[in-house]
Amino acid sequence: MKRDITERLLAARKAGRPVALVTDLGTGLQTLVYEDAIHGGFGLEDDLLEEVRERLRQDRSGLVSDLEEDEDGVQLFVQTHNPPLRLLVVGAVHIAQALAPLAALTGYAVTVIDPRGSFATESRFPGVALHESWPDEALSALTIDNRTAVVTLTHDPKLDDPALLVALRSPAFYVGSLGSKRTHAKRLERLKEQGVTDAELARIHAPVGLDIGAVTPAEIALSVMAQITAVRRKAGAA
Amino acid sequence: MRDDILEQAAGWRAEGRKVALATVVATWGSSPRPVGSQMAVDDAGSMIGSVSGGCIEGAVVHEARKTMEDGEPRMISFGVSNEMAWEVGLACGGRVQVYVEAVE
Repeated sequence: MKRDITERLLAARKAGRPVALVTDLGTGLQTLVYEDAIHGGFGLEDDLLEEVRERLRQDRSGLVSDLEEDEDGVQLFVQTHNPPLRLLVVGAVHIAQALAPLAALTGYAVTVIDPRGSFATESRFPGVALHESWPDEALSALTIDNRTAVVTLTHDPKLDDPALLVALRSPAFYVGSLGSKRTHAKRLERLKEQGVTDAELARIHAPVGLDIGAVTPAEIALSVMAQITAVRRKAGAA
Repeated sequence: MRDDILEQAAGWRAEGRKVALATVVATWGSSPRPVGSQMAVDDAGSMIGSVSGGCIEGAVVHEARKTMEDGEPRMISFGVSNEMAWEVGLACGGRVQVYVEAVE
């Protein structure tokens, strides 16, 4: 890997800019393909370029071949580099203290949101991005995309409901909400009154997490992280 | 954690060490690490990341050293059908192809 390529690749990742590194496995030459630009050792035909960008959008690394020319066409390897998945946690509660490091270890960039002053503090969440604004404002400001998971953990309708109203109308790939079946039934009624459709309500994973009999905050965090993983990796799961 | 590998590789290089980067480019059947998994190795034997469940890393380090010396990229294949199966085969019965390149 040439120094120029390494530096540009690291810079793109630091800036959160999606980029694919394309390697010609025959020559070792490399080209960077961005969503709107290309830079490097060789150019790409339009259809091949589109295939690389499609892989970037789907975050799917792999081999692509330019076999139209002849059977021994060039073999290219595409390595996608997308910004990390995000987990937005509403409620800087005890479970969040376990969930934040577990999610970080799993590869998520974590943000914890809680407007109650003494909850979302650096000493309780060392190194975690913290938001002290109201959950709906925070979630809107953070622009939820389809690589974002949202979990509400406060149990408090004043905090959880506004967050869910934003999350359920966003492209989030996962929305989970802590609370017993009874708590959740009441929550569904309240949200319905606010005009949330049945289809939107059905997106909420509640009671949150896979049923592994979790008891402690760390175990509940584990069940939540397992469920998020299942939803992301295994279509139709959880 | 994958994100640390490239940064670590660049960091080692900046310190003047020779560095090689190994990437899983294809897999067949069951294999422990997916396509795109990476491992970086330096000339002192430090390594970060993985390209299997530990079955082939030793052999990859061996090839990585050659790449550090001559700067040439290498493609290596591992699997039960490989003649080296007894030494570095994959117990899971899968096959994996690994591309090794120098970080300049």
